[in-house]
Amino acid sequence: MNELIFFFNTVVVSGVVLGSIYAIGAIGITLIFGILRFAHFAHGDMMTMGAFITFLLAGTLASMGITTAPWVPTGFAVLPIAMVLTAIVALGLDKGFYAPLRKRGAKPVTLLIASIGVTLIIQGLIRLFFGTGTYTFFESEAKGLIRIPVPLEGVTRTLNITQPQILMIVVTIVAVAVLHYFLTRTRLGKAMRAMADNADLAQVSGINTKLVVRVTWVVAGALACLAGTMLALDVQLKPDLAFNIVLPIFAAAIVGGLGQAYGAIAGGFLIGFAETLAIFNWSVLLRPIAGTLPFELPATLAVVPTEYKLTVAFVILVVVLLWRPTGIFKGASS
Amino acid sequence: MPLLEVSNVVAGYGGAPILNGVSIVIEQSDIGVIVGPNGAGKSTTIKTIFGLLKVTQGAVVFSGEDVTNSLPDRLVPKGRSYVPQEKNVFTSMSVEENLEMGAFTRRDDFSKTIEWVYDMFPVLREKRRQPAGELSGGQRQMVAMGRALMSQPRLLMLDEPSAGLSPRYVIEIFEQIVKVNQAGVGILMVEQNARQALAFASRGFVLASGQNRFTGTGPELIADPEVAKSFLGGGDTKH
Repeated sequence: MNELIFFFNTVVVSGVVLGSIYAIGAIGITLIFGILRFAHFAHGDMMTMGAFITFLLAGTLASMGITTAPWVPTGFAVLPIAMVLTAIVALGLDKGFYAPLRKRGAKPVTLLIASIGVTLIIQGLIRLFFGTGTYTFFESEAKGLIRIPVPLEGVTRTLNITQPQILMIVVTIVAVAVLHYFLTRTRLGKAMRAMADNADLAQVSGINTKLVVRVTWVVAGALACLAGTMLALDVQLKPDLAFNIVLPIFAAAIVGGLGQAYGAIAGGFLIGFAETLAIFNWSVLLRPIAGTLPFELPATLAVVPTEYKLTVAFVILVVVLLWRPTGIFKGASS
Repeated sequence: MPLLEVSNVVAGYGGAPILNGVSIVIEQSDIGVIVGPNGAGKSTTIKTIFGLLKVTQGAVVFSGEDVTNSLPDRLVPKGRSYVPQEKNVFTSMSVEENLEMGAFTRRDDFSKTIEWVYDMFPVLREKRRQPAGELSGGQRQMVAMGRALMSQPRLLMLDEPSAGLSPRYVIEIFEQIVKVNQAGVGILMVEQNARQALAFASRGFVLASGQNRFTGTGPELIADPEVAKSFLGGGDTKH
């Protein structure tokens, strides 16, 4: 039983948290691809930038002596404002870099390369203002740990989850619910789906496609800020925070089916859990039955060493694409 | 004052013009049909009228207002709709959502218009929750027309509504088009099934090489031996 609780604490909790971060990030990538038909490589850096905006706001609040309720990290309290600000920056990025290219009829690959340029610009700007060091949201406030005792005989371990982790899970559920409502019940949300489905028909239907593009950047920017802040709360804040996870996030969006928001959520959790399961030390679970095993149990038994975590996303990507070339949710093929 | 007046339009995709002076006049009570051989510029004409191609000479006047080179999101609220020939439904969206997208430019309550469309195409009411991509070709064409009617247009333009349909559905779609016209919507359509379409056309336009060749009522054109010989001979089996 103790081993199973250990499994829950290390795999289920971190899998859900990592999956949430991947899912929220991948939704932005998939929406941008659906509407504008290009792979937005700077999405990871939009996440990092969002996290730094949150960090800046939280720091400002703290220096003004304002404190939040003890169970809410300041980072979460300022999140709505940070999301609005990141959305505005995302609109600015589009207006400054991508819109002029689209106007001249640039091909998707040109926009992709432009987005790599934007990546470098954002990373450079962050380093210019914040240096290359790492920051944490929990300098003054501690991560509250909740221990839930399991009322079973012989169980000594407790189910552990931190307060930020609970908040992240709640916020992810709220974000997905709001997005679902937006895409299925509102005029602009439906117009976004229509444009992702058939941009030419959306145009002849009289849908204001420029407005839809702006809404897409607002949604993608706000979600990038959310995902980046969650990642920074989970680990640490540094200039290349999200650049390192942009590949698993792309894998999540592709696995789910490009352009499919729900596919991105499924893909995010799939890859988040797969990564956590792959680096889990299975020896812990097998130890109680070590005597019955035909081989000697090594101290660590993981599918891949932690340093090779990144490969998991690609293995899943290859396997899923062999089985379903346009992703689980049948996304766009071009 | 005619509903639509296209006079001597020259237009194309940027290279050599495809239309070399096309003129079309349609009243709101009309069913106008554009016929002609492949490459005559039939679809190009209808796309140009809808603002999808650049007009370099001539003018498009819609109910007295010059709308030459206006973009679709400006034209739809003014009372014009267009049904493309292919990919004319949002396949991943439900039938009802397709109709809602046709009403995007309207800010008033359009539930009555949805009911009106369902009354016109009862089969769509049954399938309202189904993704449009799962419907048959004929039903998709109804969704496409329904979507275009949601903006309450005065002029509905259709690009080969019968393309790819089985003969039974061709007749059905033509009947629906007449019904829409009787409800007070002017029709301008391009057709490959020339003889069948001209039979109920109040105005027919025969195009060749991007220019008007013959104009008259549908029955007049069918009766004209020269038109019949050059443009209608076996023309209804193409595509």
